[in-house]
Amino acid sequence: MSTPAIVVDGLTKTFSGHGRHKVTALDNISVTVERGSCLAVVGESGSGKTTLARIIVGLETADSGTVTLNGKPVAGRASRSELHRRAREIQMVFQDPQSSLNRRLRVSTAVDEVLRAHTRLDARARRDRCVELFEQVGLEPRQLDSLPGELSGGQRQRVAIARALAADPSVIVLDESVAALDVTVQGQILKLLAELRAAKNLSYVFITHDLSVVQLVADQIVVMHRGAIVERGATAEVLGNPRHAYTQLLLACAPRPGWKPQRGLIRAFREKIAS
Amino acid sequence: MSRIKTLLGPIGIAAAALFIVVVLGALFAPLIAPYDPTIGSVTERYLGFSTAHLLGTDQAGRDIFSRLLFGARSALLGPVIVVTITAVFGTGLALISVWWGGLVDSFISRLLDLLFAFPNLLLAMLAIAVFGPSLTTAALALSIAYIPYTARVIRSMALRERNLPYIRSPQLQGISGVVITVRHLVPNIAPLIVTGATINFGFAMIELAALSFLGLGVQAPDADWGLMVADGQQSLLRGYPAESMFAGLLIVITVASLGYVGERLGGRAATGRKF
Amino acid sequence: MLEIRDLCMTIAAERADLDILRNVSLAVAAGESVGLVGESGSGKSMTLRSILRIEPSNATVTGSITFAGTEVLSLDGEALRRMRSTDVSMIAQNPHAVLNPVLPVVNYLIEGMHDAQGMPKGAARLRAGELLEQVGIDGVDRVLGSYPHQLSGGMLQRVVIAGAIAGKPKLMLADEPTTALDVTTQAEVMAILDEFRRDLGMAMLYVTHDLDLAAAVCDRISVMKDGQIVETGVPEQLRDNPQHPYTRQLMDSRPAGIIPSVTAPSETDVNEGEPK
Repeated sequence: MSTPAIVVDGLTKTFSGHGRHKVTALDNISVTVERGSCLAVVGESGSGKTTLARIIVGLETADSGTVTLNGKPVAGRASRSELHRRAREIQMVFQDPQSSLNRRLRVSTAVDEVLRAHTRLDARARRDRCVELFEQVGLEPRQLDSLPGELSGGQRQRVAIARALAADPSVIVLDESVAALDVTVQGQILKLLAELRAAKNLSYVFITHDLSVVQLVADQIVVMHRGAIVERGATAEVLGNPRHAYTQLLLACAPRPGWKPQRGLIRAFREKIAS
Repeated sequence: MSRIKTLLGPIGIAAAALFIVVVLGALFAPLIAPYDPTIGSVTERYLGFSTAHLLGTDQAGRDIFSRLLFGARSALLGPVIVVTITAVFGTGLALISVWWGGLVDSFISRLLDLLFAFPNLLLAMLAIAVFGPSLTTAALALSIAYIPYTARVIRSMALRERNLPYIRSPQLQGISGVVITVRHLVPNIAPLIVTGATINFGFAMIELAALSFLGLGVQAPDADWGLMVADGQQSLLRGYPAESMFAGLLIVITVASLGYVGERLGGRAATGRKF
Repeated sequence: MLEIRDLCMTIAAERADLDILRNVSLAVAAGESVGLVGESGSGKSMTLRSILRIEPSNATVTGSITFAGTEVLSLDGEALRRMRSTDVSMIAQNPHAVLNPVLPVVNYLIEGMHDAQGMPKGAARLRAGELLEQVGIDGVDRVLGSYPHQLSGGMLQRVVIAGAIAGKPKLMLADEPTTALDVTTQAEVMAILDEFRRDLGMAMLYVTHDLDLAAAVCDRISVMKDGQIVETGVPEQLRDNPQHPYTRQLMDSRPAGIIPSVTAPSETDVNEGEPK
């Protein structure tokens, strides 16, 4: 049994929003992501899934609890050198292709910047590596010199994925990375992600609210609601046989062939959850 | 180039041309001006338009046309000083505030609030009372008064940009804040800085002219449009409006044309208020 | 009720004119719900906006749009205003864009009823309360007095729906009303919208990128791509036997998969802090 890619233990985080009452974003969360697997973190807004992702990657600090990456614990407070070190193991692909890339710079700079930060390659070697990465994500080398505005949403996300791969990490956190894309493009990107995972033995943490994406991509799933994990397990098991009322509610609300929204049913679930 | 032309529109192009003429006049004043602007002959007071004196002479017998040309130098130099200092320090404070956040942001914001409290001209007069009247003193004092306006607007936009993924991503690599700010943030707020500069230029020009008018800026016998408007008051009452009128006209034309150009180029970034 | 025939829209751009809509034709009968499904750039929103004549100012529109027998493209002034305020309602994606952020939401509801139907303000407020109850809001008085930024997206969208149906319009135009909402809120809002539509017998044209969502609430669906309608049919037919390759492509991107239908909260539930 190899070392898990990520072990999260007892993570807690509260936000005190501008004098209003405190918000518990994460309440004693513990999760394990096995090497080479894909964990989907499913929840709606306010579930804490984004906060979890940000803490794992280093954009936020937890109030208490630990995060272990490839067997090594990561420091609580993410200083610049800590982030630099962590970035070689874990990278992030964000949700919005529009704001993911600097609109004023050629897309190659996004990838080049990461190469410069983590490798000692010279300019020529970096350029070659950029070409390689672009080909791996299904882009053409000539697109290296495009501005983000000249590319489609799907292409921009491919650049974001290339950027994430540049540091040669073992884990990638995908924060709703296909949510902003057209449905037909989503499928292509998910397929690319699956291929990359297999080829490089990557581990994924996939944050999403979309259950059909989960089906296509994840081995394991945790369902989050108001800062807590309400259900976890193998994807097929959890989706096929949901036990917690909130998971059942999510499934009852997922548009699919033959589905109709039923107010009464939804209300019944909500009452069940509240009790 | 053609893009700039379409942005400006026909009126914008005319305005830009006017402004460029003024700048050229200031630059080449020593070559173009037929007379020394500070030397006049009492026997040649209040001469009308002629080939010898294109715009006539003032009450000290000095050639008005030459004085206008040389006056353009201080009229433009002052605002250039103000705009440069304001842009550099205003932007600098805003960026430091945004990147560091927290206490640093609070401290700088309070400092700017303090500066806001002073009416610009009063601050300038205070400085002049202490250091004596001159163009540089007035310009420096005005700069300090303008900094909070620029800082506030830049801070607002930088704050929005700072949380976007294209800034977060290099931050995750452990790249330094300075590098990220210069490489990513500044190019994206640059249009706002430029527009602000053109608007501030106009305001500075008017306020510096006002100070000279009050005798607190450029001192006689140097030529300055504001000073000429003041000096020309007596002449105006005697039926010789040329000095005041042409100086005043040039102030208006220069400010208006630059302001128009600034607005057209800045598009939505421009506001009517002090920037 | 609504008939669009050969609607074309071009927008004048720097280098060349852009064809936004190409010979779009569809019809919505009274009481019928028709879905317009397409991805970004397909022209579905523009179609909707042409009906209310709120297309961009640099757009040229040709063709025919008839609403209740009247040609919409040649309406203006009073007739157009009346159409927009009473006969046709629109719900857009972002409720914040519709609600005045400096006024409590009650104003939005009262304004519509008072200005459009001449209802006195007192009566309008009572009716506003009733409508909010019908859209499933508890604590109606508190919500009425709240400002937009104090309410959640789902709540705001319900307020907007309440406002949209207040005048009992004959046609409802919905432009991705739930795209910005959580999936559970989306399901509730869609259920409410569907319920109201049936109760009031409104015709509805529902624009979305989600084919399954459209299938759930529409009698017929038109699929749009690149400004054209590529296929129209009932949801079952589109799913089981898509004619056009693009429709088939849409189907294939969202496999049915393993999600079962859930009928009721099950008896064996697990409480928070499930076993490790």
